[in-house]
Amino acid sequence: MIGLGLRRGFVVTFKNFLRPAVTEQYPDRHVGLVGAAKEAGMNPFQFLVKKPGDSLKAIAGLATVPVAVEQSPRFRGNEFTFFEDRCTACASCAKYCPLGIIEIVSVPGKIDAQEGESYKLEVFDIDIGRCMFCGLCVEACPYDALHMGSQFERSKYVRDELIITKEELFDAEKRPSSWYRPQFEENTFDPFKETIVDHHDAGRHERPSDEDLKKKWVDER
Amino acid sequence: MAIKTQPVTVNLGPQHPSTHGVFRMRVMFDGEEIVDVEPIFGYLHRGSEKLAEERTYTQIVTLTDRMDYVSSMLNNQAYILAVEKLAGIEPSPRGVWLRMIASELQRIASHLVATGFLLQDLGALGTPLIYAMRERENILDLFEMICGARITNSYLRPGGVFMDAPEEFWPALERGLDDIVSTIDELEEYLSGNEIVFSRTKGTAVLSPELLINASITGPMLRASGVDWDLRHRAPYDYYGRITFERKLHTASDNYARYWVRVQEARESVKIIRQCIEQIEPGPVRPSFDDVPRLLRPPAGDAYAAIEGSKGELGFYLVSDGGISPYRMHVRASSLINLTLLRDMLIGGQFGDLFVTFGSVDLNMGEVDR
Ligand code: SF4
Ligand code: SF4
Repeated sequence: MIGLGLRRGFVVTFKNFLRPAVTEQYPDRHVGLVGAAKEAGMNPFQFLVKKPGDSLKAIAGLATVPVAVEQSPRFRGNEFTFFEDRCTACASCAKYCPLGIIEIVSVPGKIDAQEGESYKLEVFDIDIGRCMFCGLCVEACPYDALHMGSQFERSKYVRDELIITKEELFDAEKRPSSWYRPQFEENTFDPFKETIVDHHDAGRHERPSDEDLKKKWVDER
Repeated sequence: MAIKTQPVTVNLGPQHPSTHGVFRMRVMFDGEEIVDVEPIFGYLHRGSEKLAEERTYTQIVTLTDRMDYVSSMLNNQAYILAVEKLAGIEPSPRGVWLRMIASELQRIASHLVATGFLLQDLGALGTPLIYAMRERENILDLFEMICGARITNSYLRPGGVFMDAPEEFWPALERGLDDIVSTIDELEEYLSGNEIVFSRTKGTAVLSPELLINASITGPMLRASGVDWDLRHRAPYDYYGRITFERKLHTASDNYARYWVRVQEARESVKIIRQCIEQIEPGPVRPSFDDVPRLLRPPAGDAYAAIEGSKGELGFYLVSDGGISPYRMHVRASSLINLTLLRDMLIGGQFGDLFVTFGSVDLNMGEVDR
């Protein structure tokens, strides 16, 4: 019968109309009174009494709560996570980057009788404006010093601000993505909940005990 | 008295919302009828083949992502197969299974995009496209889970993949496959019997199988004309020899047949993934770095490897001079070759069918221009 196919189509559209929405509202989600009260940690009646202004706003549909976008822990985001204490300035990452946007300048540092010769990082700049987040630099780093980050909000008005310098990397919050870092996955580390404080926790080997850390490798020889 | 019309030349594109990327057509109309078409492309040329000549074999994977950006996993796979052939690498079994799963998922995503945009071009503004995109979103979420990126995956490495899928991937994949099947059912429910779709797509832009073969067209376009040519079956690469699947053929060779073949192929891909899940075995996902170093130096020579991409035969030709980067890379881009028959498809047709036909070819300008 002519027109039957069309009607079947409308049934499908109507079914979809009743399905829960999959669209994410970002960066804020509009909530009603119940949502706003939940956000404030009260039940709706308390909320009505204690914050009449906010409740009115919520009832009018103007209240918003920030949304955390659900991401997988392997998400290759920007704001690289860098552990300066693990880095040996070997420049593998710079060599492996397809775009050559990592700039490393290192100078021979102090020669320590205990720890041997070390290299000091003078410059470690990543021009994130050209970076494509392929993660090859992270794959190349043999000492687990460089990790992908998990953030993605880094828009700037000026291009030059997109170059992250050594200092910025040092001070940034350490929320490494578990991309190419199976050790994080084994420890079920979630970059969206926790941060890594100690650089010993970022390695692919077991964390050395405190005695081991105190022992100097020169002594063992 | 018959009304006389005069041919008019109209420039469509390069930035027209219906032209799937920056593509320009110079079309000559006589009234509603198309008299002549001249496709003009090259607006998205990024010189990927040249750029490849100064990058190492692993770094080129990132370039292949950006060729056909709605099926980057398939591009990765074709390129990696060429490298493996060139360097004589024996891939790890688990890596191969994983990349087959990934590339079949990508094929479904690509076919969904093609179908959604075909209907968009038919004038079904929004709704079917959004349904298709919603499903594609789930597939992209799976990709994010295994490789951290949604579109520019760079998941494959010579010899396998770079990292095993996380544990939560497998249940999510099962759920995703069920969702895909129900979405395809839904799609067929409201489209395959839809009179408007029928009247707009049936019998338009018919191509003969002889012409298609002569023009070296491959993929769903060829199979829609009844020619049984699928590289997964004809020249099985990876482990496709161990997989059974049906090759869906249609004989009408019109726009509807091309749409139908894509939808059925997406269904078959789900079956292929299910078989892969059954056969996958634990083990390393790539050979150790002693066997396959990061900096590959394949012996001098050349290799061509082709896969059945979402749009047709996707091949990579690599020439090595023994150095760390290829001497020359050439891509047999299926979109570009499928585009060559655009003129034959359009001439004599109506203006309203122009974009429908264009959509049914399923072009990706990133791949056409590279
Ligand atoms: S993610 Fe890729 S492009 Fe970005 S710095 Fe690392 S290697 Fe270079
Ligand atoms: S981050 Fe890693 S690869 Fe880069 S210089 Fe430091 S140790 Fe070497």
